[in-house]
Amino acid sequence: MSDTMTTYTGTQDYIASAELMQTVNVAVTLARPLLIKGEPGTGKTMLAQSIAECLGMPLLVWNVKSTSKAQDGLYVYDTVQRLYDSQFGDGDVSDISRYIKLGPLGRAFASEERLVLLIDEIDKADLEFPNDLLWELDQMDFTVAETGETVRAKQRPVVIITSNAEKELPDAFLRRCIFHYIEFPGGELMRRIVGVHHPDLEERLLEQAMEAFYWLREIPGIQKKPSTSELIDWLRALVVGGIAPEEISKRLPFLGVVLKKDKDVEAAVFTARHPGAVRPLPRS
Amino acid sequence: MFVEFFFLLRARKVPVSLTEWLTLTEALSRGLALSSLSAFYSLARAALVKSEAYFDQYDQAFQEAFAGVETAMEIHDEVWKWLEEGADLPGLTEAERAALAAGLAGLDLEELRRLFEERLREQKEAHHGGSHWIGTGGRSPFGHSGFHPGGLRIGGASSGRSAVKVAAERRYRGYRTDAAVGVRQFETALRRLRQLSSKNEGPADELDLDGTITKTADHAGALSIVWQRPRRNRTRVLLLMDAGGSMHAHIAACNRLFTAVDRATHLKDLRRYYFHNCVYDNLYLDPTCHPRNSIPTARVMHELSSEYKLVIVGDASMAPSELLEPNGIIWWSASNEEPGIEWLRRLNRHFRHAVWLNPVGERSWESIYGRETIAIVRSVFPMFELTVDGLTAAVRNLMVRR
Repeated sequence: MSDTMTTYTGTQDYIASAELMQTVNVAVTLARPLLIKGEPGTGKTMLAQSIAECLGMPLLVWNVKSTSKAQDGLYVYDTVQRLYDSQFGDGDVSDISRYIKLGPLGRAFASEERLVLLIDEIDKADLEFPNDLLWELDQMDFTVAETGETVRAKQRPVVIITSNAEKELPDAFLRRCIFHYIEFPGGELMRRIVGVHHPDLEERLLEQAMEAFYWLREIPGIQKKPSTSELIDWLRALVVGGIAPEEISKRLPFLGVVLKKDKDVEAAVFTARHPGAVRPLPRS
Repeated sequence: MFVEFFFLLRARKVPVSLTEWLTLTEALSRGLALSSLSAFYSLARAALVKSEAYFDQYDQAFQEAFAGVETAMEIHDEVWKWLEEGADLPGLTEAERAALAAGLAGLDLEELRRLFEERLREQKEAHHGGSHWIGTGGRSPFGHSGFHPGGLRIGGASSGRSAVKVAAERRYRGYRTDAAVGVRQFETALRRLRQLSSKNEGPADELDLDGTITKTADHAGALSIVWQRPRRNRTRVLLLMDAGGSMHAHIAACNRLFTAVDRATHLKDLRRYYFHNCVYDNLYLDPTCHPRNSIPTARVMHELSSEYKLVIVGDASMAPSELLEPNGIIWWSASNEEPGIEWLRRLNRHFRHAVWLNPVGERSWESIYGRETIAIVRSVFPMFELTVDGLTAAVRNLMVRR
């Protein structure tokens, strides 16, 4: 493992808090997997792209699905192709290694240069999934059972793991990770994030929209709180629609861009019309 | 002191293991704490705490362990930030700024730092608005907000808050799981309600793809299909919910539970009925609890086998007579021959697994209105509060055989 001091400092299109930058650097230096949690829309996946860009490493993404198995990340033995080839006489069937296809984790280990591996939404897979990867992430090697060949990481990849807290991750897995929780950005940080996407926004418009946005997030009983990406979309809609800044909190235009559930829209409209009033409780 | 911090965390029930402590030690020996308490704060948290649910406890432990450790280093950390960023002072005109810049032009960072430390030693009082080095609103490159006489803290930008101060704010209180939280977490808790059928029961009607491929390959390409018995969840749940007036205060928590239950597609069967304050002869099909839409409780018990897991949601707060006396039912038009408690006992006898979820927090079970009836209901059903932790404990209780 090279001890060159590579430092993550955020990138132009990704604004990271100082704490997050420090945590990334800790994980990179200690070569431990970095587990990222946070509300949806706080840029967990974007972080890996930003790290790869900043550290000048290639990025490998492993999108975990509910059907993903740990084995898929290491390698897949394509028996069907081998069988097919044997029947039609294409290629050398006796060479099993031709039918071993490395998965994302396997490719990350086999790579000559150090790279960033993103294991996205690890909690989507089965409960046992993270445990099945313990050894591989710890030792950074595995053996292909069919050929007896060992794949060992030449450069320990920077492993970024994101989780939406859909399932609890096993303790043994957590013990090996560095953990960071991305908080929902406050006003100051949000301005910088918005600035990346809308560099020349009218100050009044931004101010009014942000005020309305944070107000919407605070409405009691809202089910799906709007996230950063929704604010960015909303601003785009407001600009395109040519909405005057003072109209925003009065009319709440294009509310559907921000709130995605009709119950939430109702709640927002009600609260806007009757400030301070307690909404009648819905009969469940 | 560090070891003490470890035990403080353990004492606050933060699950910190030796592995994680060693990770922290390694990080410290590599100088990743940057010799500053605020960097140490986030470093230790990243290494030791693996869920935002424990951030609050971490903050408290940190505060306890390091309160009073406001080293000069801490100030350097912040001041260096300003020095490196260049002081962007509010309330200064361009001309003044230019003059300042000219005055400072000859100084390099080392020099500035030395000067600052000198000033820091000399200065005993707060300075505001002057041209002295450190103060508020002054023409100084060092402090743009405040310099506390006692606290030695330079505040202002958010990066200027000290670690202990950040910890003392307890920003993560909202993430604790012992507080009631979102639907998703309820869903996660409910997902544990799993009881898989074994591989030996039921028809083998699922294609075993791996088996088929292996067997076909074994037979040199002649297709041989292999079937297997799928594993299915066998959990059946009966949900009884209180739709009484006193439940209105808890509607948000209950709504979250209901949404989570609705989404819980993994259950083999889910029945839900409503009751008003206590279960009597009839259960209702909808929360309006109108007699027109009712079903005799005895029939429900007759129809549903004792394999069903019974979950009752209610605040168990009522007048004792509603629970203990015949005809105690709250509605004047209805009557009940047997007291509610008898029905509760009957339900509990019939269903092997039963829990009572109470949206009222456990801490107030012995003090609030309804404490008498809560105590009686608790003697029949194991009661849990309607929070993520409570639901998790309840589900665990449902999974073990009594």
